[in-house]
Amino acid sequence: MTVANDILSPPTPGGSARSAPAGLPGAQVPRRANWAWLGLLPFAFFAALFLILPIVYLVTGAFQTPDGAFTFDNLIALTGSAIAASYMLSIKLSLVSALFGAVAGLLLSWALVLGGLPRWVRGAFVTFSGVASNFAGIPLAFAFIATLGRLGIVTVLMRDVFGFNLYGAGFNLFSFWGLALTYLYFQLPLMVLIITPALDGLKNEWREAAESLGASHAQYWRMVALPVLAPSILGCFLLLFANAFGTLATVYALTGSQFDVVPIMLFAQIRGNVLYNPNLGYALALGMILIAGFSNILYLVLRSRAERWRA
Amino acid sequence: MKISRIVALIIVLIAASFFLVPLYATFQFSLQMLRGQWSLQAYRSVFSDPQFLSTLSYSAVASLAAIVISTLIIVPTTYWVRLKMPRVKPFMEFITLLPLIIPPIVIVFGYLRLYGSDSMLPLTVSTAGTNVMLVIGYATLSLPYVFRSVDNGMQTLDIRTLTEAAEILGASRATIIFRVILPNLRAAIVSGAFLTFSISFGEFVFASLLNRPAFGPYLVQIGQDRAYEPAALAVLSFALTWACMVLMQIFANAKPGTSARRRPAALFPFARRKTA
Repeated sequence: MTVANDILSPPTPGGSARSAPAGLPGAQVPRRANWAWLGLLPFAFFAALFLILPIVYLVTGAFQTPDGAFTFDNLIALTGSAIAASYMLSIKLSLVSALFGAVAGLLLSWALVLGGLPRWVRGAFVTFSGVASNFAGIPLAFAFIATLGRLGIVTVLMRDVFGFNLYGAGFNLFSFWGLALTYLYFQLPLMVLIITPALDGLKNEWREAAESLGASHAQYWRMVALPVLAPSILGCFLLLFANAFGTLATVYALTGSQFDVVPIMLFAQIRGNVLYNPNLGYALALGMILIAGFSNILYLVLRSRAERWRA
Repeated sequence: MKISRIVALIIVLIAASFFLVPLYATFQFSLQMLRGQWSLQAYRSVFSDPQFLSTLSYSAVASLAAIVISTLIIVPTTYWVRLKMPRVKPFMEFITLLPLIIPPIVIVFGYLRLYGSDSMLPLTVSTAGTNVMLVIGYATLSLPYVFRSVDNGMQTLDIRTLTEAAEILGASRATIIFRVILPNLRAAIVSGAFLTFSISFGEFVFASLLNRPAFGPYLVQIGQDRAYEPAALAVLSFALTWACMVLMQIFANAKPGTSARRRPAALFPFARRKTA
């Protein structure tokens, strides 16, 4: 440790001053290049210790028996009934909430960008979305309990004023659909924030060109606008999916550990080894890394593809 | 054309009520603690709980420490990469995105296993160590936001000219970073800091699994024990999030170090040509 620290402490101030006399260009250039990477050490050290190594530890643990021998048993055990059901539930909830968030967000962004409403409406929604997309977790759960819980304001209002019993009609905030609705409160704003720039990128000239070629409004959307937007929309959908998949605090505050999505199961495993096998816990984490990582990285790829149109 | 405008109006009204009804309902719910009258009793109850202030200040201190750490790591590195090794930038971008890609619970799971009792760096066995672990965790979570805002800030800054100007005046590398680059990035750093703060003050997963007396676990506890205080806390949290985001916007839009940027460029127009 101390040796590493001795190497690490100088790079930014002292070490670089020694290696990079930048006032004298020319002859010094090759030597400078040799030492430049030293400046990366603090960041690389931090990232390795607190980001890469913990992930590598879990991933390798997923392929080991408790004694350290190589095995695929943990991954195979993921297909066991309880864990597979948990993954299915998580994926279903994330898909539903991403789908609703993406469709609702797209409609709202369309209304804001192309709906012909006053400018300030858009400004207000975008500002609000910036706040709401960060208003997740426990306070969000509290807000929905106060609104749509059994004694929530809206539930009571419906019962007393309209004579409609929400919970009698089958709604339950602490169920699959209740969670999906709660997620929508941060999914919809997130969608608005990332898809609005894409809608801005639809050029007027494209519409004019389509119309002058005799395309109808519907044809323009079906054959020009939506294909251009498709990578953005699909990418945003994947981001919302990953966002919902990793959500823990909101579920925990709403349903405790009753609702067995994967993060809740992993939470219980970390706290109390409920699976009775630490390496199975690592495999559970590996599954989360793969699903969240895959959808997030695909989102990044699609986003860079979509930016082609925004010259 | 007219129909599309009406449809747009309907969509906007539905969306506005979806956003505003829960906020209003939560606010009204928080006023109903005393039967048959509006009162601020729930808020009084929240503020009179010593745990409220102690957990909130604990989380605030942890978030601030995390912001300082990630700024100290990100600013010199981003500066260095832009100046000397632009080829490394995509790599750095990817690494700083990882905390958004990997679910937080996985990261803290790794910490607990890697820095437990039989580790070379047993951070999670002592109170002080666990506090450090939490701060490091928050610093990790803040990397994407701090890097983004610092990188955006540096984009509008001619760091090469600034560096050369400072070098001509005899400044050392440390002086350049701390007295030239950092002050010019003040707005960008503060903007990233507010975003980080809004995310970490109510953070639950790290705090709970590291067993720290932070605001997130306190919120969950109150949610299980009380009826009206959670609504009051939700209103307060929303106000705090709102304040952080507004401040973030203000600082993000502020032209970073406008005057300081113009001066060296005007004073040393030759500096760029000299090495080019």
